[in-house]
Amino acid sequence: MDMIKTTIDGREIEVQRDRWALEVAREMGIEIPTLCHHSALEPYGACRLCVVEVTKGKWTWLTTSCDLPIREGLTIRTDTPAVIAARKTALELMLAQAPDAEEVRQLAEQLGTKSPRFPDRNESNACILCGLCVRVCKVVTGKMAICFSNRGTDRKVGPPFDRSSDECIGCNACVDICPTGCIESRDEAGIRKIPMLKTELKLADCEVCGKPFAPIRQLEHMQAKLREKFGDDFEAGCICPVCRREQTAARLHNVAEKIG
Amino acid sequence: MNLSKVDNIIQDYKGNPSSLVMILQDIQEELNYLPEPVLNHVAGKLSLSVGHVCSVATFYSSFSLEERGKNVIRVCDGTACHLRGANLLKDEIVRALNISEGQTTEDKLFTLEVVACLGACALAPVMTVNKKYYGQVTREKLLATLEKYRQKDSCVLSEPNDSKKTD
Repeated sequence: MDMIKTTIDGREIEVQRDRWALEVAREMGIEIPTLCHHSALEPYGACRLCVVEVTKGKWTWLTTSCDLPIREGLTIRTDTPAVIAARKTALELMLAQAPDAEEVRQLAEQLGTKSPRFPDRNESNACILCGLCVRVCKVVTGKMAICFSNRGTDRKVGPPFDRSSDECIGCNACVDICPTGCIESRDEAGIRKIPMLKTELKLADCEVCGKPFAPIRQLEHMQAKLREKFGDDFEAGCICPVCRREQTAARLHNVAEKIG
Repeated sequence: MNLSKVDNIIQDYKGNPSSLVMILQDIQEELNYLPEPVLNHVAGKLSLSVGHVCSVATFYSSFSLEERGKNVIRVCDGTACHLRGANLLKDEIVRALNISEGQTTEDKLFTLEVVACLGACALAPVMTVNKKYYGQVTREKLLATLEKYRQKDSCVLSEPNDSKKTD
């Protein structure tokens, strides 16, 4: 692997060529705020909060660090006035887009953005259009039950054609990854409801304790994935995490007794 | 919905998912708009998710997911046309057809769209009806043009009646 030298905030460091600047900086203990970044996914550069100032030779420019591969001769600064100003502007815009997003408000307060210059969009919304839910559904779950539609000021996240999608397995990956917590999911009377996706899925009952715990469709999806890996006769069973933990503990206990 | 035409179009591009935009353009040319069942069908044929096709189809303003009129009027509101009264031209069409921007007349004859630039700034103000350009449009010119398209379509519709008369 190519090792190269780079300078971040005045500290010289030797790193692998093409590693993402954000990752390297964070490993060095430098704080860079992000909302659209997740280690399980490729960099996306949507939230614009991770901007840094990069200098190469005579040129200096602002760019997002999450999708900046470190190359020879780059000097990176994460705390210049231009960087702070760019982050503030991004936050002001986000506040206008998603006035209800608690995380955005907190970040704005930290950076000292008091009153945003832009009027908010009159709709109660916490979505900052970072695309994490869309990407996790596509890349990690392997589905596309949630997507972007339209563009510009009309851009929004939702199920394709705003209709309940057969693709959604109710896995809650989008709910968990959302940085502003704007996708709601609740289990009621044996049904998982994700109103934003218009998803309503029946939950399967645990074979052991009999309590509903996961959507049938999600279990089927996982079964199919596991069969790809372990062969067609693989049977995953329908046991909730709590009972599974108990079973595993009991098994380990038995093993421990045998070893004695 | 006749899907065989759609299948032929997909076949023209050998079912290549990277040709999605071209395929959608051709389908819109054929059907005048992109009905949702057709988009679902295209997604299936190209092995793309419905979500992907939905994102692409809603991203480009030249794609319409709603049924449009037989004649699509596009009024240019680019810089040059704007300065030469594109707004007045638009208002005139709104009055004449009793529809607002993006809507279709009840008889499904006209749809009005306002676009950013039609690339014919020297002819400002410009509008197109289907693929024909009309430059330096005035009120009189506009009303005459609309009438021409009305006549053209009513002629086609009334042809059987005419033949009855001669009988």
